[in-house]
Amino acid sequence: MATMERTTRPITAAPWWGSKRFGEIAHGLIVYALLVILSLVFLFPFFWMISTALKPDYQVFIWPPKWIPDPIQWSNFADAFSNPLLPFDIFVKNSMIIEVGMITGRLISCTLVAYGFARLEAPGKNALFGLLLATLMLPAAAVLIPRFILFSRLGWVNTFRPLIVPAWFGEAYAIFLMRQFFLTIPRELEEAAYIDGASTLQVIRYVIVPLSLPVLTVITILSFKDIWNDLLNPLLYLNDASKYTVAVGLAYFNGQFNVQMNLLMAASVTMLVPVLGLFFIAQRAFVEGITMTGLKG
Amino acid sequence: MTSLGARASQRGSAQKTYTASRREAITFYLCVSPWIIGFLVFTVGPMLYSLYVSFTGWNMLTPPEWIGLENYVEMFTADPDFYQALKVTLVYSITSVPLRLIVALFLAILLNEATTAVSFFRTAFYIPAVVASVASAVLWRWILNPKFGPVNGLMGLFGLKGPSWFNDPQWALWGLVIMSAWSIGGEMLIFLAGLKGIPQSLYEAAEIDGAGRVRRFFSITIPMLSSTIFFNFVMSVIGAFQTFDQAFVISTARAGDIGSPLKSTLFYLLHLYQQGFEFLNMGYATALAWVLFTIILIVTLVINKTADLWVYYEGEKGG
Repeated sequence: MATMERTTRPITAAPWWGSKRFGEIAHGLIVYALLVILSLVFLFPFFWMISTALKPDYQVFIWPPKWIPDPIQWSNFADAFSNPLLPFDIFVKNSMIIEVGMITGRLISCTLVAYGFARLEAPGKNALFGLLLATLMLPAAAVLIPRFILFSRLGWVNTFRPLIVPAWFGEAYAIFLMRQFFLTIPRELEEAAYIDGASTLQVIRYVIVPLSLPVLTVITILSFKDIWNDLLNPLLYLNDASKYTVAVGLAYFNGQFNVQMNLLMAASVTMLVPVLGLFFIAQRAFVEGITMTGLKG
Repeated sequence: MTSLGARASQRGSAQKTYTASRREAITFYLCVSPWIIGFLVFTVGPMLYSLYVSFTGWNMLTPPEWIGLENYVEMFTADPDFYQALKVTLVYSITSVPLRLIVALFLAILLNEATTAVSFFRTAFYIPAVVASVASAVLWRWILNPKFGPVNGLMGLFGLKGPSWFNDPQWALWGLVIMSAWSIGGEMLIFLAGLKGIPQSLYEAAEIDGAGRVRRFFSITIPMLSSTIFFNFVMSVIGAFQTFDQAFVISTARAGDIGSPLKSTLFYLLHLYQQGFEFLNMGYATALAWVLFTIILIVTLVINKTADLWVYYEGEKGG
């Protein structure tokens, strides 16, 4: 074998720039140069936002820009929060109420549904599961107005109910993720519990849930991000400024006629902090949640 | 010949498994009932009702009035904004989707080649994706500020005069396209996972055969990654057709009109929003929603049909 290879690939003295080792080093250098430059490009907007958020008014609209504000004006954050027309402290509270209501409902209902799909047999199960997967492709825009009509008939407009109540009836993506996870849990544990006389609900509560904390964390975190960032639904349903979420508040703040850029950036930073904080605490859950979706494609 | 007793017990156990499987089926339907009820009450029911509404004139104050196909006829013959909205959405989709996928794939490949500090770079590229589209639009409006924004400032250093971006109908949409390439973190992570799944032995074999990097990329990476590319592609197209947040924020800035300047950012969903919730033409807006749904459905089906031509599924794993 070795002689064969030697005859097919004669060793000629390659010039130093053509050698394999040099090629690898050059390749590594190019890769890292690109990584450094591109990561600076991707991070720059954050720097620009924070820098503007901390500037006194007279340093905002100047060119060349003052990259590092001097003096650093922390009071911009307090000012952004104390806007009488757009009370951001109330928006944060509203967003958090919706978060808690939606995530609780989603976790409970999806655990139940996913357990059914993962473990129980019944006629029509496969058809239902196919339907569930099909709804993953259903564009959100298609149900937007139909749901609005329903909730306005129910008199729920300008309350949090149109946002929170549907979350208590399962969500296809979360159900799918959970079902995939439940399938990996060994059946023996449940069977032991059933033999001891546990009911289905008890098995879910005391066997499945404690073993499924990773997937529940992923769903909690991704849901938190999506709900926090959602603009369209709260925009449709919440009419009074006292009901706005942070996203709606920021959109209207941006639309005010003589908005101050540094305060607007301070409000944007405020909106970013919870999600970014969560991301850094639970980076792995984020990455796993995202890639789990893609690998099934 | 089985004895009578054995037969009886057999029948008994059959009956027992019958009732057991019946009970299991009941438990199954109880477990999944939240989703079934939710699907019927919050999706199927409202959609069917809205199909009816799309054949009516309805301002949400007086009862809907049957007008047949009038909404649809008006849409295609008498509503220039409908075509403008279609055009804006289509141009945006055709440009931003490939741009986003190329940027995401390129970054994923770079990360896959890197050996140290990978998690730092991965984080740097990913975090724009967790930024709310509202906040990111607010931020990019400031970055692309014609006079004081860093982009035009940088162009000024090279003696170029930057465009007025979101104030200029010629440029506003391109501002949104550029902005969309910033938040590709999700797609990038999915590509990266796909790249990690390509067996290293393929590359080693190709290298022994003398294939260079470019050849390896086109002959191994792209085909092995095609199902991941397909997934990202379909999801990005569906997402692009439903663009709302960024365009809403950009165009309503400074108390402007929806879709401003000069309707150059009047995305389909903005048009629908305006018709339904500003003008209270709920019948017309529902018709718009159904047309959008049909368009997305057709586009998705067409892309799916083409999948056989260019998507490589390993073994039977396709779907």
